[in-house]
Amino acid sequence: MNSFKNLFKFNVRSTTGSYGVPGEGNSLWIAVGSTVFFIILWYLVTTPLLMPPVVDDESITNDEEVVVEEVIEKVPLIPPLFLPGPNAVYDKFVILLTEEFNGGTLFDHIKWSMFRVFSAFLLSIVTAIPLGLLTGLNVYFKGAFDPPIEFYRPIPPLAYLPLMIIWFGIGELSKIVLIYLAIFSAMVINTRSGVRSAGLEQIHAAYSMGASKFQVITQVVLKAAMPEILTGMRVGIGFGWTTLVAAELVAAQAGIGAMIKGASDFLVTDVIIVGIVVIGVIAYAFDLIMRYLERIIVPWKGKMT
Amino acid sequence: MNTETNELVLDNIDVTFSGRSYDRSEDVHALSKINLTIKQNDFIVALGASGCGKTTLLNVIAGFLRPTEGSLYFQKRQGRTKTKVATRQEIVKPSPDRGVVFQKHALLPWFNVIENVEFALKLQGVDRIKRREIAEEKIVLMGLEEFQTHKIYELSGGMQQRVGIARALASDPAILLMDEPLGALDALTRETVQEIILKGWEKTRKMVFFITHSVEEALFMATRLIIMSPRPGRITHEFKLDFSKQFLKGVSARKIKSQAKFIAKREKILDIIHSDAT
Ligand SMILES: Nc1ncnc2c1ncn2[C@@H]1O[C@H](COP(=O)(O)OP(=O)(O)OP(=O)(O)O)[C@@H](O)[C@H]1O
Ligand SMILES: [Mg+2]
Repeated sequence: MNSFKNLFKFNVRSTTGSYGVPGEGNSLWIAVGSTVFFIILWYLVTTPLLMPPVVDDESITNDEEVVVEEVIEKVPLIPPLFLPGPNAVYDKFVILLTEEFNGGTLFDHIKWSMFRVFSAFLLSIVTAIPLGLLTGLNVYFKGAFDPPIEFYRPIPPLAYLPLMIIWFGIGELSKIVLIYLAIFSAMVINTRSGVRSAGLEQIHAAYSMGASKFQVITQVVLKAAMPEILTGMRVGIGFGWTTLVAAELVAAQAGIGAMIKGASDFLVTDVIIVGIVVIGVIAYAFDLIMRYLERIIVPWKGKMT
Repeated sequence: MNTETNELVLDNIDVTFSGRSYDRSEDVHALSKINLTIKQNDFIVALGASGCGKTTLLNVIAGFLRPTEGSLYFQKRQGRTKTKVATRQEIVKPSPDRGVVFQKHALLPWFNVIENVEFALKLQGVDRIKRREIAEEKIVLMGLEEFQTHKIYELSGGMQQRVGIARALASDPAILLMDEPLGALDALTRETVQEIILKGWEKTRKMVFFITHSVEEALFMATRLIIMSPRPGRITHEFKLDFSKQFLKGVSARKIKSQAKFIAKREKILDIIHSDAT
């Protein structure tokens, strides 16, 4: 039960013992545990296991038959209209895999959503990272591009969604541009601050080893910026998923967002939940892939001060 | 017989940091009229109170910082008496002929040990096989042959500093500049690395400019010890020393450091520094 005691430490299973970096260590089993816990909780509140509210004693003596019926009938704590149970959602999930709902099977919806998010993501990578580097390396670029980016960055994408639709129509373009804008600013800003990660001494060292300015940038500054560029990509794609549903809620033929919108029109709660879980799982899986890449590409991250 | 000697001349160096910036209002006169000629085989150690301009001086020699006034250059002397100046080469920017070792190692964490050491040669376009060979030689010199392929962040502080020195030596500089390279090490590691540096110095015979806060380290390592004073930073004293020569002749470090002569020098220098500080 040693691991149980560890639950109450702030530093579970650290490589450097109890006095390492707080929060370091492998959290896989805790993550599995918390997932199982939430699914069980979900199951408990949606399954008719719990007794209904206690009925008045008076009524029992007055009309026994009715009361007996009431006591025997069990109802879930939360009715299915508000929250269907995990098994009902799973059944719906299996049905959605083959049957069409709101213009496509679940696969079609996932395909469209992923297409939108990932094209915006790729577009951001090829534009935001170079722009971030330029603004980080050059005061003219910084001066020119900082105001527009910092201006639109805090505005919620939903606020300029109507503009996108007026400008780019209700087709794919407006959706991808909306998601793209959400990802873009996060990636530019992280990349720009990444350019500052190389230490002055590392740069001095490179110059004194005969590096040209170009070599200092390509061999030192860009490499040192890698961890933050990857962080920018992770944060950016997170914004992408957040913006996806907003983009698809308006006039999309297919996509997880459109599926959720269709389901909400008919109060099909289980489809809504399937949509939510699917987005969450895809986003989480992609984040795990990114973290794995991080460990391979920038293994030194956080290990040098 | 080599009839040419190389020396590095600092001629009336003055450095003033201008106060016209948002976080400072007064000019800082960091260095005033520094005159110093570093000759071949000199192991110069600079000692002085914090803020007296040691790092500034090193930055000037390295070429990271241009002096406000004065000039510095390498000069080659020829002839039997070495009085004739053959060539002068002004120092205006960093270059591989002046290797720098930093207080915090400043190694590149995406490279392993040998890749860090050969990085200078790679920048200069030396071919792969040749640069491996040179890098391995420097790594052996610093006693790190077992750690060639280790990641930088897997090494101890003392090893990291030795990698930093090996890296600075790789491009075969005329002078090695070291800014408190051992400042972050524990006493025991520090002494070990001091000895490694001296032995390396004997083999390579480079000029060395070495900054430290430890009087004992300064006495043990230096052939010439300069003491600097703050406000404005200037050189106030210079001592010629031979403790490092004794060590290289085989006398043990402990024995050298417990000699009466050594202790007397140490007290004298501490007196000077303390009178400066007050
Ligand atoms: N970039 C700079 N801008 C303004 N002032 C500076 C700058 N660098 C150094 N100084 C000032 O110049 C003086 C000398 O600094 P320097 O770093 O050379 O001292 P030091 O002898 O290396 O001190 P320490 O032993 O603490 O490292 C100090 O007063 C410092 O505040
Ligand atoms: Mg200093």
